Amino acid sequence: MTVAVFFGCTFIAFGPAVALFLFTIARDPLRVIFLIAGAFFWLVSLLLSSLVWFITVQISNKNSAAQQRGLLIFGVVLSVLLQEAFRYGYYRLLKKANEGLLALSQEDTMPISMRQLAYVSGLGFGFMSGAFSVVNILSDSLGPGTVGIHGDSQHYFISSAFMTLAIILLHMFWGVVFFESCERQRWWALGAVVISHLVVSCLTFVNPHYQGSLVPTYIILSVMAAWAYLCAGGSLRNLKLCLTCKDKDFLLANHRPR
Amino acid sequence: MADNVENAVNSVSNDGTEANRHTETTPSRNEVELNGQPPTARPPQVLTDSEEDEDEELTLKYGAKHVIMLFVPVTLCMVVVVATIKSVSFYTQKDGQQLIYTPFREDTETVGQRALNSMLNAFIMIGVILVMTLVLVVLYKYRCYKVIQAWLFFSNLLLLFFFSLIYLGEVFKTYNVAMDYFTLAVIIWNFGVVGMICIHWKGPLRLQQAYLIMISALMALVFIKYLPEWTAKLLIINASSVDLLAVLCPKGPLRILVETAQERNETIFPALIYSSTMVWLFNMADSAETGNNSSHPVPQQENQVAMAPTAQPEDDGGFTPAWVNQQQHQLGPMQSSEDSRREIQELPSARPPPVEDDEERGVKLGLGDFIFYSMLVGKASATASGDWNTTIACFVAILIGLCLTLLLLAIFKKALPALPISITFGLVFYFATDNLVRPFMDQLAVHQFYI
Repeated sequence: MTVAVFFGCTFIAFGPAVALFLFTIARDPLRVIFLIAGAFFWLVSLLLSSLVWFITVQISNKNSAAQQRGLLIFGVVLSVLLQEAFRYGYYRLLKKANEGLLALSQEDTMPISMRQLAYVSGLGFGFMSGAFSVVNILSDSLGPGTVGIHGDSQHYFISSAFMTLAIILLHMFWGVVFFESCERQRWWALGAVVISHLVVSCLTFVNPHYQGSLVPTYIILSVMAAWAYLCAGGSLRNLKLCLTCKDKDFLLANHRPR
Repeated sequence: MADNVENAVNSVSNDGTEANRHTETTPSRNEVELNGQPPTARPPQVLTDSEEDEDEELTLKYGAKHVIMLFVPVTLCMVVVVATIKSVSFYTQKDGQQLIYTPFREDTETVGQRALNSMLNAFIMIGVILVMTLVLVVLYKYRCYKVIQAWLFFSNLLLLFFFSLIYLGEVFKTYNVAMDYFTLAVIIWNFGVVGMICIHWKGPLRLQQAYLIMISALMALVFIKYLPEWTAKLLIINASSVDLLAVLCPKGPLRILVETAQERNETIFPALIYSSTMVWLFNMADSAETGNNSSHPVPQQENQVAMAPTAQPEDDGGFTPAWVNQQQHQLGPMQSSEDSRREIQELPSARPPPVEDDEERGVKLGLGDFIFYSMLVGKASATASGDWNTTIACFVAILIGLCLTLLLLAIFKKALPALPISITFGLVFYFATDNLVRPFMDQLAVHQFYI
């Protein structure tokens, strides 16, 4: 409960995402705009799901804790489904907008490719999701208090930070795979994305038994990372070339000697 | 023959093509705008198809850049306001004082009474703002530039010295920093004087932009402190509808202002307005002051929106009569007739052409917009129970609204009000997040569920 905890948890949760933003997105205004639009779409989906949850809570029995928990679980599932629905909606909107832009301009290529849009929109979703999950917790961590004084877990802050990191990166990977599967009409891949999102969210129901929720989440994260890498056009060969600095196309494009 | 002329024009300088496009939008200024070309009796529609397409493409390409050029200052202003609200408690303390424009109090017994009081307050405030806008427009129309200048000068003086002194004092109190009066005087004096120079005269662009952001933030903070809850929200709603009417109605004051400025080929108080490009005060002998600003697309720069809270420093732009006097003094009294202008334009320009590149075409946003956006976000962070969630939601909503407004600007190419869309989104998300999302997220955080 100090400044150290605050900064530590902030950097854990948002470090990679902010680094990605600064190095790949901040330079290009079009990408920034689509990132913020993605964040907006996530926000709208959250709004709708909270609205439904709120209504169900109002008409339910407020005293029964079990019922409230049940309603919350229902809210989580609904929210996940709505998020994916809005991701699909965003995909359709981007497709239409891109086609419109292409028709208007004289160039042959779109100003921004679908893959870049997938990455940027996934990251937008991730940023918003992470921000809403963790910012209030972080601001509380600055102030005085004792963690887990009533018998709750001592690792509340750090586990929240790691979970948020996982969620942000997962949203990015989900975005890439989702858009790719929509482009290629691979509906099973779409279903897999939705199901993995549901699994990750439902795993958090076992909190505070973090080994039950964090570990599988990170396993899913690595699987999705590999899948997204393959979807984006990567392969083992590419990876090897990149790491040993032998990728001729890349070197040529960046004017570097081999 | 028309082709030859066009080719010749195209091969001149950037300005040539700019001017060429310009002729499409303002046929009345045909004869003066063509660099190096004697004004011929040419039809207004000079553009060929290819130039129109090029036009579209450039608009699209640089549209995104302009959006970002506005995102950054709006974000900065909001960040300053939120940071201050969160750290300096002075601006959230209610010491019972209110502005003289809002005489009715909100701490009444019944809800109905409170609603009535706040509505009256908001109406009075909007009335004051409208009256001031009308006075400004009338003064501008009848060329009483000196009066406007003095007014803006005085209000800027107030902001840069008095309000920032209070702000600095409160910051020192919050962080328990001891400072003597002498150092404080030196700091405030320098800050204020440099600010006045940058805003009312010449200065580095970034510094001018920074000062404009700072004074908008200061003004927003004052509003947040002295306006009671409901009055503030009602004021924001009223301001956005007034803005809509004032800019879009044919007889709206702001529209009259924009059109008068266009007719006279002047910029509208560049300092009343945040501009993302430099106002070049010395280019062609053409009367078009801001050669580059008044270039294509003329509409793009007139993104004049709420001049609303005219209680604020509306500084005039670079073109003060003082500057004109100074130019005349330096260059000798100029009687610029058509002939003399044409001749000068035909001379090879010794100076580099003004930064009139396509990339440098800027976009402008009124300072009132900054103030209202920051006010909304500041109120969200000060009083909303959802705290950071509400603040972030309002922030994203306002940015998206701004994005949409700029998109509309690119489509319609004329001055548009920037408040309505952003404020609508912002308010919707404010109330929705505060009442619906907050309980949901709180419950999730308690159980550590993640969605």
